[in-house]
Amino acid sequence: MTEKIKVAYWPGCVSRGFTPELHGSMALVAERLGIELVTLDRANCCGAGVIAEHNQELADTLNARTFALAQQTGLSMMNICSTCQGAQSECQQRLDADSAYRAHVNEALSGQGLSYEKGKDGFTNKNFLWLLVEDYGLDKLAAQVKRPLSGLRVGPFYGCYIVRPKERLGYDEFPDRDIYLEQVIQALGGEVVEYDGARKCCGFPVITMNRETSLRQAGTHVGDAIDAGADCLVTPCPLCHLNLDMQQPEAAKVVNRDLGLAVLHLPQLVGLALGADPKQLGMSKHIASTGWVEERLGAGAVA
Amino acid sequence: MADYTIKVRRFQPESGEGPYWEQFDVDLEPSLSVLDALLQTKDREDGSLAVRCSCRAAICGSCGMKINGQSGLGCKTQIGEAQELADKKASAATGASNGSVPIVIEPMGNMPVIKDLVTDMESTHWTKIRRVTPWLLPHGEAPEREYVVEPESMLDITQSMACIQCGACVSSCLSMEADPDFIGPAALAKAYRFVGDPRDAETVERLHDLAEDPHGIYDCTHCFSCIDACPKDVAPMDQIMRLRRKAGEEGIEDPNSGHDHEMAFVKIIEKKGTLDESLLLQESFAPGVKGKLKPSKRAIREMLGSIPTAIRGIRTGKMRSLPKLIPGVHHKLPDGAQDEVQAIYRHAEEHNEEFNLYIKGDEGELAEIEAEEAAND
Repeated sequence: MTEKIKVAYWPGCVSRGFTPELHGSMALVAERLGIELVTLDRANCCGAGVIAEHNQELADTLNARTFALAQQTGLSMMNICSTCQGAQSECQQRLDADSAYRAHVNEALSGQGLSYEKGKDGFTNKNFLWLLVEDYGLDKLAAQVKRPLSGLRVGPFYGCYIVRPKERLGYDEFPDRDIYLEQVIQALGGEVVEYDGARKCCGFPVITMNRETSLRQAGTHVGDAIDAGADCLVTPCPLCHLNLDMQQPEAAKVVNRDLGLAVLHLPQLVGLALGADPKQLGMSKHIASTGWVEERLGAGAVA
Repeated sequence: MADYTIKVRRFQPESGEGPYWEQFDVDLEPSLSVLDALLQTKDREDGSLAVRCSCRAAICGSCGMKINGQSGLGCKTQIGEAQELADKKASAATGASNGSVPIVIEPMGNMPVIKDLVTDMESTHWTKIRRVTPWLLPHGEAPEREYVVEPESMLDITQSMACIQCGACVSSCLSMEADPDFIGPAALAKAYRFVGDPRDAETVERLHDLAEDPHGIYDCTHCFSCIDACPKDVAPMDQIMRLRRKAGEEGIEDPNSGHDHEMAFVKIIEKKGTLDESLLLQESFAPGVKGKLKPSKRAIREMLGSIPTAIRGIRTGKMRSLPKLIPGVHHKLPDGAQDEVQAIYRHAEEHNEEFNLYIKGDEGELAEIEAEEAAND
């Protein structure tokens, strides 16, 4: 038996805003898996790369504060957003690279009784996807499956920030981080759909700046997945979810074809396999209907 | 020696046929390159196989190509590593090892193919490079001899000066894939090379030009593909973000509302600690926090365009609760936490330090070198 996992949990902003079903399904799935979440309710937005674009030191300090709050709990950190993962990893890389810069950033936190210390108690910050594979374990996950996703054809969609740039995201230690979604889909009994867009950009970062480019990206990937025979997509990133699901009807207009493909958050896919009720997983809150997925699985709560 | 199989996407325009795949077996050490494999094929199997190359040492930038879908240089990619990646990709979907699968080699993306692996660099890459006025624009009389600048003042552009014009970043660019008019990573990195040059006298004009082009700096989707593709660590996307920062500092208004979006984001986190998406949408197009409430025609069009999405959101319950629907009504951080966030803003705005990993290097390595030097003394 492995030790029970307990993490300092950063839910992010969007999971409590436009994708409330993500936060809800994560809480439900954590309980079923026996992962204890200590929510960092005083922590702030990661900046999503936008604050770093404006003022790098500001982004680094804001994230140093979040890391310091996590370190206060004595636990490692878990997030549920590819963009949080990437933006926080970027800041952590800079903070870890130079003790003088770290001291300068910590000076801004000192008034709050906070300090970020490199490598303290083996501190790490991992997306739920990474934690699931590296700490929880795929075998243990497979053993928990109550409703195998047999026959369900799932297309992985990673989100840029969790797969690139490679030198920042721990690939030296964990070279398979770019195929974890495939591994999880298989552990849950599902079938992986190969299509062009799995590691491409959903277009969300430019949705306000260049709507057509943005929606063309989303629409193309959803269309490619449909053409490859997918029943649904799964993503560890709520921002990708906004463009792939919430904007899907608009994306369909830009790529000029019918879409209509369910896009699941990673905890929802895990939750389905664990036997949870789709409604409890918030799947009715999606824009693209998840009915087909539920039909395929003969879903209702199993246990 | 080891045996490898390469699968090359070929195109022979004189045949009148479309592109096709062809497999070749090659026999070489795993430490040799994908380019070596292609040259062996050309030598032993088919002399008509077209590939551009010259230095074979990642200096000339001629052999840009896609290897297993990744853009890079043929001469800088070892065949053994390419095989590992091909096998990993093949086994990912099934979870079972498929043994050795062919290494897939394609011409670069986002540009027309002339023949086999030879792409037309002129119509995309070079045209875009010329678009950014890639030469120095100093004012006044040229000095009698060389320009004299502080070495430190050139450090910031060292990274962008390392570009060898191979086009790998252009090939990998996911923005350009959706919008071929995007100026793109190579040209924008080159633009920063001059914007950051202390000798250049037209920095502000350059920034206006790059920000006011709707396919300029605010058309980058921040996907990091170019950073991974670049064989010389130019990190084009980082240079694009520097251009945005400088354009923002100049207060340049852009047609994409890119700067307004950035400012809205920054201000919302200062005020609320976490992101209020409804407010971000509103402020990106009609920035009230900046004290100007008059939305542009584009802003009104964009806001109207987002209404169907909002209605769908309300219908499914995604945005049913008030805080998610009304811009500005958003939960706040618990007692005192917001003050802490604001204190960080004050501190960072005072210093605004930029930390360039490329320049500063890795602390561990530096410490080791210093320790070694001390030991030698």
